[in-house]
Amino acid sequence: MHLDLRVPIGMMFTMIGTILTAFGLGTRADSALYAKSLGIDANLCWGPVLLVFGIAMLVFGRRAQMRLEKGAAKK
Amino acid sequence: MANLTSADWLILLIYFFFALSIGLTLKGTVKTSRDYLQAGRSLPAWICGLAFVSVSLGAQQLLGMGASGAQYGFRAIQFFSLGAIPGMLFAGLFLMPLYYGSNARTVPEFLGLRFGKSTRVVSACVLLATAVLSAGAALYAMARIFAALHVFDSLFYAHGLQPANIVPVTLLAAAALVLVYVLLGGLAAALYNQVLQFFVMAAALLPVVLLGLRGSGWSAIKSAAASAAERGPGHAGFGGFVLAALLGFVLSTSYWCTDFRVLQTAMAAKDAESARKAPLIAAAVWLLVPVLLVLPGPIALALPTPHTTEFVRSENGTIYHEIDVAPPADEAGQGAVPAVLDPATGKPLRAAGGTNLLDYTMATPNLLLHFLPGGLLGLGIAALLAGLMSGAAAAITAIHAVFTCDLYQPFIRRNASDGHYLAVARWTAVGAALLALGACGAALRFGWKLESLAMFCAVLSAPLLATVLLGMFWKRATAPGAFAGLAAGIATAGLPAVLGRFASGPRFSWVAWMSSGPARPVDVCLTILAALGLNFVVAFAVSLRTTAQPEAELAGLMHSLAPRPARAPSPWWKRPEALAAAILITAVAINLLFV
Repeated sequence: MHLDLRVPIGMMFTMIGTILTAFGLGTRADSALYAKSLGIDANLCWGPVLLVFGIAMLVFGRRAQMRLEKGAAKK
Repeated sequence: MANLTSADWLILLIYFFFALSIGLTLKGTVKTSRDYLQAGRSLPAWICGLAFVSVSLGAQQLLGMGASGAQYGFRAIQFFSLGAIPGMLFAGLFLMPLYYGSNARTVPEFLGLRFGKSTRVVSACVLLATAVLSAGAALYAMARIFAALHVFDSLFYAHGLQPANIVPVTLLAAAALVLVYVLLGGLAAALYNQVLQFFVMAAALLPVVLLGLRGSGWSAIKSAAASAAERGPGHAGFGGFVLAALLGFVLSTSYWCTDFRVLQTAMAAKDAESARKAPLIAAAVWLLVPVLLVLPGPIALALPTPHTTEFVRSENGTIYHEIDVAPPADEAGQGAVPAVLDPATGKPLRAAGGTNLLDYTMATPNLLLHFLPGGLLGLGIAALLAGLMSGAAAAITAIHAVFTCDLYQPFIRRNASDGHYLAVARWTAVGAALLALGACGAALRFGWKLESLAMFCAVLSAPLLATVLLGMFWKRATAPGAFAGLAAGIATAGLPAVLGRFASGPRFSWVAWMSSGPARPVDVCLTILAALGLNFVVAFAVSLRTTAQPEAELAGLMHSLAPRPARAPSPWWKRPEALAAAILITAVAINLLFV
């Protein structure tokens, strides 16, 4: 099978992480929005965590998939 | 009521897009019924292991773990963690090599190889009923949550749609999405999506628990959990700790060891080694899952209970009265857990101790709404839907495999082409989804007690554990013996519920658990122990009176007769047994933090 699952997982979390980080940066001053999360800009805190996770999955998944495709091409 | 921002919608759409795209990508790999029903037996251990976890985090468990956390405090952690891990480890170490090595496609097929047709059909029918009813119950549980959360209201108002349609449309959309990716990519698509769903649930719940810990502080949460534990069975302290773990062990081991909905994930592994590793990986991940999912319960209890407040302020000489109205159910509840109101009077219902009866299932979803700001809230809603979809997909894939392999192929149409069975499997998936939606609709419309029915079926399938154990570990067990034992076990498991319809009353609480509302874990546990015991005794007695099967027929189906893979002996710390022991010790250590 030529789909390493880490690639779509990585892509999804990279996108979600980027959106959360951007949204968190844009709404940094909106204290009404962050009253819920104890005054912490939770989007700006958690978005980068998901972004790093997504990129790590993407890197490892891509590497494994390239190896897989090379192996299939040799056969 | 919460309004979703555009960031929330974007995150939900991205999640749906990836769920579908996995199905579309895998479409090309499905050529035979083996590709479709068994994912071509080609998946790596980590995917099978994470899917194993995710299957067991369907809607009922996702909501139920937080609910039991609010109801019984930290006892719920022992129940779900120490109760489950031994069963998972046993399934991985001892059962998977035989399930996988026998080349059976399903668990009933394995029982058929060992004990013949009748045991196979009975176990297939029990599994089908359990899967349909619990998928319906999961849909129903989610329907209640989405009706109470009002997250999609603004979308419906904006398009001039009836708000009464919110629940049916949400459920139909989720069910249709699951059905589409299962029909496209088969079991592989379901498993890949379950791994994705696992990460979405973890990514949404972690920040909630972290914010909750920061907001209320550990000591407030601990005391909320301790006061909840006093309401539960076995009270606080070490006795309650052991009792909760034992109850969990009796109630869940049969599920981990015989339920095809979970085992299908490991049976799709690429080789015997990976199939054996998958439940062990799942157990290692499971070390943290109950902590993450139960903690929202006590955290929700420890929050301040909302009250209707009135503010007066004056601006340019005008006096404004601002009233913040808390709904009566929330006001009568505790923390973020609302009370159950009597639909006739609107007054809160009373529990046995004189306190208000609480709607514990709302603990986790209310906590998501309470802490997650716009943006992360989209991820939270995606996590709730992910839980619903992972459980529903597991039910659908289990149903279409068991129906096609164990009922259609042997009894309705033998020797048809592979393409024919592939088509039958796909139509079965459609039928299963419609049945589950129909059951959910009946529950919404006519008040069917789906949760009790699903629980009843789960109890009926519990004695299967004895049959599997006898089949794998006792050479002398014969086909008539196994069938008689299973029949006796199922009858015993069903008896209390059937009798309870006629003889309810406090004197027969053990007998009446079905009719007297939600079942007490202790009663269900006694029923299961009695059913397992009788299954063993009857199977033992009948087997000894019938002729034994020749050993040649049992090769590969029994622990003592399974082929041992010849490979270089690895050092002891690299063996799966060592990993299993390490997981068990870590589980005890983690649980001791929550005495």
